[in-house]
Amino acid sequence: MKKILSCTRKYLPFIIMTPIIIMVEVLLEVNIPLIMGKIVDYGIPSNELSVVLNLGVRMVFMALLSLLCGSLGTIFASTGSIGFGSELRKEVFNRILDFSFENIDSFQQSSLLTRLTTDVDFIQMGLRMTMVMAIRAPFMMIAAATVAYGINRELFVVFIVVAPVLIITIILLARKAVPMFRHMLTKFDGLNDRAKEYLTNVRVVKSFVREDYEIERFKEVNHELMTSSIKVEGLLVLISPIMMLAIYSAIIAILWFGGRQIMIGTMKTGELISFISYVWQILMGLIMLAMIFMHLVRIKGSIERINEVLNSECLIADGEYQGTLEDGSIEFNDVTFRYATGSRDAVINADLHIASGETIGIIGSTGSGKTSLVQLIARLYDVSSGTLLVGKHNVKDYKLANLRKEVAMVLQQNVLFSGTIRENLLWGDEKASQQEIIEACKVANAHDFITAFPDGYETYLGQGGVNLSGGQKQRICIARALLARPKIIILDDSTSAVDTQTDASIREALKKQLKDTTTIIIAQRVASVMDADRVVVINCGEIVAVDTPENLLKTSEIYQDIYHTQMEGVEM
Amino acid sequence: MSRRGRNFNYEKPENINATLRRLLTYVSDKMLLIGLVLVLVMSSSVLSIYAVKLVEPIINEGIIPLIGKEITSESLAVFVRLLVILGIVSLLSALFEYISAKIMARVTNNTLNRIRNELFSKMQKLPLSYFDRYTHGELMAHYTSDVGVIREAISQGITTFLSSIITIVGVFIMMLSYSVMMTLVVMALLGLTFLVILLFAKKSMNNFKAQQATIAVLNGYMEEMMNGQKVVKVFVHENRVRDEFFAVNEKARKASTKANIYAGIVGPISNNMSHVNYAVCSILGAYLCIIGRMNVGRLASFLMYSRNISHPLSRVTQNFNALISAIAGAERIFKAIDTKEEIDEGKVTLVPLTFDLDNSLLQAEQRTGLWAWKKPDGELVRLRGDVRFIDVDFSYDGKKQVLNNVSFYAKPGQKIAFVGATGAGKTTITNLINRFYDIQAGQILYDGIDVREIEKDSLRRSLSFVLQDTHLFTGTVMDNIRYGKLDATDEQCIKAARLANANEFIEMLPEGYNTVLTGDGANLSQGQRQLLSIARAAVADAPVLVLDEATSSIDTRTEKLIEEGMDNLMAGRTVFVIAHRLSTVRNSNAIVVLDNGEIIERGSHSSLLKQRGQYYKLYTGQFELD
Repeated sequence: MKKILSCTRKYLPFIIMTPIIIMVEVLLEVNIPLIMGKIVDYGIPSNELSVVLNLGVRMVFMALLSLLCGSLGTIFASTGSIGFGSELRKEVFNRILDFSFENIDSFQQSSLLTRLTTDVDFIQMGLRMTMVMAIRAPFMMIAAATVAYGINRELFVVFIVVAPVLIITIILLARKAVPMFRHMLTKFDGLNDRAKEYLTNVRVVKSFVREDYEIERFKEVNHELMTSSIKVEGLLVLISPIMMLAIYSAIIAILWFGGRQIMIGTMKTGELISFISYVWQILMGLIMLAMIFMHLVRIKGSIERINEVLNSECLIADGEYQGTLEDGSIEFNDVTFRYATGSRDAVINADLHIASGETIGIIGSTGSGKTSLVQLIARLYDVSSGTLLVGKHNVKDYKLANLRKEVAMVLQQNVLFSGTIRENLLWGDEKASQQEIIEACKVANAHDFITAFPDGYETYLGQGGVNLSGGQKQRICIARALLARPKIIILDDSTSAVDTQTDASIREALKKQLKDTTTIIIAQRVASVMDADRVVVINCGEIVAVDTPENLLKTSEIYQDIYHTQMEGVEM
Repeated sequence: MSRRGRNFNYEKPENINATLRRLLTYVSDKMLLIGLVLVLVMSSSVLSIYAVKLVEPIINEGIIPLIGKEITSESLAVFVRLLVILGIVSLLSALFEYISAKIMARVTNNTLNRIRNELFSKMQKLPLSYFDRYTHGELMAHYTSDVGVIREAISQGITTFLSSIITIVGVFIMMLSYSVMMTLVVMALLGLTFLVILLFAKKSMNNFKAQQATIAVLNGYMEEMMNGQKVVKVFVHENRVRDEFFAVNEKARKASTKANIYAGIVGPISNNMSHVNYAVCSILGAYLCIIGRMNVGRLASFLMYSRNISHPLSRVTQNFNALISAIAGAERIFKAIDTKEEIDEGKVTLVPLTFDLDNSLLQAEQRTGLWAWKKPDGELVRLRGDVRFIDVDFSYDGKKQVLNNVSFYAKPGQKIAFVGATGAGKTTITNLINRFYDIQAGQILYDGIDVREIEKDSLRRSLSFVLQDTHLFTGTVMDNIRYGKLDATDEQCIKAARLANANEFIEMLPEGYNTVLTGDGANLSQGQRQLLSIARAAVADAPVLVLDEATSSIDTRTEKLIEEGMDNLMAGRTVFVIAHRLSTVRNSNAIVVLDNGEIIERGSHSSLLKQRGQYYKLYTGQFELD
């Protein structure tokens, strides 16, 4: 809770002022029925209008002052609670930005987004409720109760009886409602997930003509949601009638006992009338408290989820070494790596020495550990055992920013962001000039197709970069990485969607451009790695062969296999 | 980023009447229940008004006459009787309120259920261009926020709106009966309050719109960054993202605070104005008592009424706003539901085929493995997989021409490969065969029938697809494979998996075929996901197979094994394969080379090599670096 509460710091004055102002408002409100009672008991019998006016004007003045306080209260409450929500969101977002890949893997992506939106909103509402009502309600109750007690002690006893009954009823209701509510929310999430999945998979659904099937599945989930909602609401609608019954029972009791007192002269009529007002106020206060309690229970879940994120230990942190890579050399020394969620080692006893400026190809079957191996270089994950030296220093010693600026990766899944092509490319180097951008795109063989668009580099990419083909996305991602001018560049299957001729041109250009850059290419095509200085063959997490392509053709069975499969039947 | 959410409309509803009437049709079969609810709500409100009125006689006739007098059970009779009546009245009022609310809960949820079902069902029939036009966030908003505001309106709106109106009218009448002058004063003050609230309401609406817009931008930004987290890390873009986020977050904060204040200030205003009202009434009432035109009992009742009237008044304004939002939300949903469906005027369907004794074609009752097209007049045409494109022109958006005068034909059972640079139009061709989009000029013939004449479902059932972007569903591995053929047995699914060489890796998964896949198959590698989608296509067992970049993320070893299995699958079927890997293509019967939406070369592998044209260049690219 501490971390969450610390987000109130920036808006603390508002958060504190709100209940104070509200208390003033309450004090004023509480006084009004009192004065009214006086009017009835003293003003009217006195037959003096001036007395009445005197008292009345005081009431009006108090009401107007109360209005001012109430308005200020709203302004403070809104500013404070929304400001808090904003700070909390920043805190959570910051934390997520600092996450390592391992942290990211442990949370499901959609749940991170829900936490940033729904959960923060809930907590924000909770704070607002607390600020406004949680102070107002008990204060009002105490104030009203004090005044009421002052008017007539005997009548006050009625409360002691009615109030607990009301509280217990509502608490019982709440306890039953909360799990039901949670159940309904899960169903609601399920429904939205189904709808969202459909949107992502619409092409598959249409191709397999599964529309009816999808509709049936949706109807099922929808039905479950409906049943659950009806149950929850059926329970919640009990609250208002019960409230009213409680209030009226109290009023009847007060009329009875108070009436009798008036008859025997121990109470005045005016006092009774104002007493009834106080009954209202106190019971309203009780109900407000009950509602707050229920809401706070609801946000318990949200608090837990936010804390989960805030308390996540960042598994990968900066090292002490201030400098950057001396060169592009990479040394794997008996490195073993296993994912936190993995059941077996993804990289086993890897020994590999790569000289600065070398071009290394990596080849192997699906899931053999190629990506896992190279992700260690940029310290996206940490090795489980062994040491990894990059640029002559242990990879853990660097400040992460320094390391990653020099190790550029083009990931398997190519993500581009909303914005122009140019804006996306600038991710590689914010200060890149148009000339530099064009150069990088020429090497990546992207310049031609980009300039073919009517808006060229200023072409706007929609969500996920949808208007580009797979190969075009890949090439922009390559250009983006090139702009970073790193010492080490890693291309993870980055030309899979590109035809061989384009692939060849890109590699040709890369070779010229990146003479001094260590280039690591993970590829499926033997052609892509055939001109590397050396090729690493990986199988089931183990490096089985490292040699020049020519030698591998003579010595490695796996390499031979792949080679012949791809090259068969070619006429020279 | 500033253009996000541009398609989203937060305007006021355009045609309130029409939308309202349409909304009512969803509850038309529950009119009896709703009628009951209305009666109950009215009764409940009237009863609670009456309850307040009872205070007057209770004080005036029950209490005051007995002041200073002897108290006997007789003299108390009036008092007691009135209290009992009050008790019964309030009990009934609460009971009616409860029953009506419970019924409304059912009605509301039922209605929402129907609306959601209709929305989803309708979405299934919409053309792909609709999904291209809007972001997922915008479409999802229909299910979440739009349905949400409708719920608010129906469940709260109708009942509270009605009871509020009745209360207001009833109380007004009662007050008038007590004192016209005081009522007028109350009305004047209320009128003033109302005007102030209206003013704030208008500002509130505008600010609300602004708030929703900034929130849409904020959510969109967060979603994108969550999606691309890994890229952010790789390019050390954290600080930049942080700054951008702060800016967007701050904008949302400011707009939300403003909207919140304008919306929230109505409460204190109406609350405190009721205090003012109370105060003024007290003064006036006391004056009238002094001059003998009123008595204390009545004053007590009147004061309670004046307290009671401002509450429902502010609720009415809130309800009114909620109602407007609901109508706006309903309008958006109706707009989606009314969107033009995919054009499907095709009448030709796909039926299983068998042969009569004299070898003429006959429609079979069950799947036979052979298929035929059934024309509207009953004529059967054997499905052989003869696909012809004749002078096809196509553009997605009407601006950029993607295909230009494309003509080719695939003989039945042939393996046709499409090659060419990215963006040359290969994927587009497959999008057209199954009519994901319709062509602007030319013709596409399938076994001699224009595809526009074939019922879309039948057309797509005759094709099996493995698409470029693999998409899997939340569910077990088995479920995902079975998606290809819903009534496939486990054995058939496993057989298909074996064919695709997916069986090996599936069995190594923690729970094998029962492993649950989530988040579009996030727990599998790219290659594994593709193997699964191939298995899915395999089990579908359709007459024509389309492989779009199917095996690009799988190593060639595995690909070879798949190819072998595929060969068996492909016998007697037409196959279209789009690949950049020429090893995939080398076994094709015919190769079509595309460039910028036009066919520039075609022929067999050997004949094309001899031509030494584009294909030759593409193919021998791999040797240029030697």
